[in-house]
Amino acid sequence: MPDHPPFIEFRDVTKKFGDFTAVNNLSLKIYEREFFALLGGSGCGKTTLMRMLAGFETPTSGQIFLDGQDLAGIPAFRRPSNMMFQSYALFPHMSVEKNIAFGLKQDKLSASQVSDRVEEMLRLTKLEQFAKRKPHQLSGGQRQRVALARSLAKRPKVLLLDEPLGALDRKLREETQFELMNIQEELKTTFLIVTHDQEEAMTVADRIAVMDKGELVQVATPAEIYEAPNSRFVADFIGDVNLIEATVSQKSASGTRLESVCEGLAIETDQETDAGIGDRVWYAIRPEKVRIAHGRRDEDATNQINGLVWDIAYLGDVSIIHSKVGEAEKDNILRATFANVSRMVENPITWDDEVVLAFDRDAGVILRG
Amino acid sequence: MTRGPTWFNVTSLVVGFSFLYLPIVLLVIYSFNKSRLVTVWGGFSVEWYVSLLHNEQLLDAAWVTLRVAFVSASVATVLGTAAALVLVRSGRFIGRSLFSGMIFAPLVMPEVILGLSLLLLFVAMDQSRGFWTVILAHTTFAMCYVAVVVQSRLVGFDKSIEEAAEDLGCPPVKTFFLITLPIILPGVVAGWMLAFTLSLDDLVIASFTTGPGATTLPMKIYSQVRLGVTPEINAVCTILVVLVTMGVIAASLATRRQQVQKERDERTAFGAEG
Repeated sequence: MPDHPPFIEFRDVTKKFGDFTAVNNLSLKIYEREFFALLGGSGCGKTTLMRMLAGFETPTSGQIFLDGQDLAGIPAFRRPSNMMFQSYALFPHMSVEKNIAFGLKQDKLSASQVSDRVEEMLRLTKLEQFAKRKPHQLSGGQRQRVALARSLAKRPKVLLLDEPLGALDRKLREETQFELMNIQEELKTTFLIVTHDQEEAMTVADRIAVMDKGELVQVATPAEIYEAPNSRFVADFIGDVNLIEATVSQKSASGTRLESVCEGLAIETDQETDAGIGDRVWYAIRPEKVRIAHGRRDEDATNQINGLVWDIAYLGDVSIIHSKVGEAEKDNILRATFANVSRMVENPITWDDEVVLAFDRDAGVILRG
Repeated sequence: MTRGPTWFNVTSLVVGFSFLYLPIVLLVIYSFNKSRLVTVWGGFSVEWYVSLLHNEQLLDAAWVTLRVAFVSASVATVLGTAAALVLVRSGRFIGRSLFSGMIFAPLVMPEVILGLSLLLLFVAMDQSRGFWTVILAHTTFAMCYVAVVVQSRLVGFDKSIEEAAEDLGCPPVKTFFLITLPIILPGVVAGWMLAFTLSLDDLVIASFTTGPGATTLPMKIYSQVRLGVTPEINAVCTILVVLVTMGVIAASLATRRQQVQKERDERTAFGAEG
């Protein structure tokens, strides 16, 4: 997709509220028909970025382009984007139908065109039998669908979703995520979603931009972000991770050798790094890529370490096992996920067991910052 | 815990309410008195209500009062709503707390002072006093009440509802009339009724600011009472009491509806299961 010209482009955009910099000199390109997620903790500037695109905030400096058009000076009510609000912001004094028709009426469409489109939207969001109801007569999930139908009714060039599923319970949220993806595929509209929920971003988005303190930390596909985070912040923010502090001891064409701060753990990887010999780095490895078994490690073997089972979190499908590794007084914990593939295990791993933790050469990544 | 009313509660209720309403009840009863002497009960009759219909002076005064109340309540509602919008919406600006304090000051300001200052203003402006000066004066003090009532409605208003309307292509002014106003309407209506009622029974400010040919009903009653209470006055007062009571009840009903609506809106906002 990056061969095409970008559909939405933020160019050196900065937004300040008094002394506080919400968005700091940020540039970002989003392509047509993408389902793009802005992901970050609260106060990272993701919502401000979206509100600038919608026209509710004006950038302090920088430009925003949508479909080749500079949006500067265009008020919110003339922009070809529509937004689905976190609070849904349904008009409480109008029925579902009228809520959906509101935007179409602003476009001076004929009555028959309006009612056709409203019907289409009701069908798309499976709200046909609720058309005459007022928002307060609907459940949370139904209101959420009304908000979606209303924001899609005008066939916007881009749909902005501000934490759209935050108010729904977990099951409904998961269902709605898939529904959103189906709708996006059907309408082929560009979707931009703002969320703090990494699972949600991973599920729905084609690409994710991870934000922190008003800046982009990493922009990549969900798999890249998960498997090849570019910093400790991203590795830690997305999913669960073991971050092992280490120093570079050998570099060769076939990979890198690290000496970790955990006594007895030397790490050999296929990955090359631009860190020099003796530099401090972090080795990030996901718990599900750490194998755990009873026993002791082979002398001098790399990517292996002895541990003592300290805590077990049984989640049903998997168990997360925390093991103490390295010197006893240092409290270094290595997390490993253990898939519970059989219902009964003859010799299960349990508290205070001596175990060996091992991983492959390509299981983790070296991070410099 | 179901606990019946104690003797203390019952007694204080009876004493309190008699204190408040006994004079009014007496007034209502004596308005149906057949006797011309106000203090002597001479049997039931509605003759004073009938003779009221032929009392040109009182009818004129009533007509003036109604027109003053209607116009001043309407103008006060527009101005008060605008003031409330500015105070709630425009965020922090220099002097915001000064402004909001100044809006509420006339609520506690002695009426005599307000009336006197308005009188001085009209004299200084070389304005002949009459119907319109009373309207201006009533608008001035009723506006504060409207601002207070509307403000309470606006505080619970989810701003993103307006943003949603604009996002869907509705310009700001149109958004106000299509979205904001219908949602805050119960507050605006309650404010109007409050302003209407306040104007209806105001004596002090009206006496200061009125002129020849614009005597309001409270002023007329007051001047007649000084010449002796007639059962006719009792009848007029009874009608006034009924009108004001209806106004207050309607305003509080509207406010209650607004409360219920507000709770609904909040549930909408938080997306709870409805």
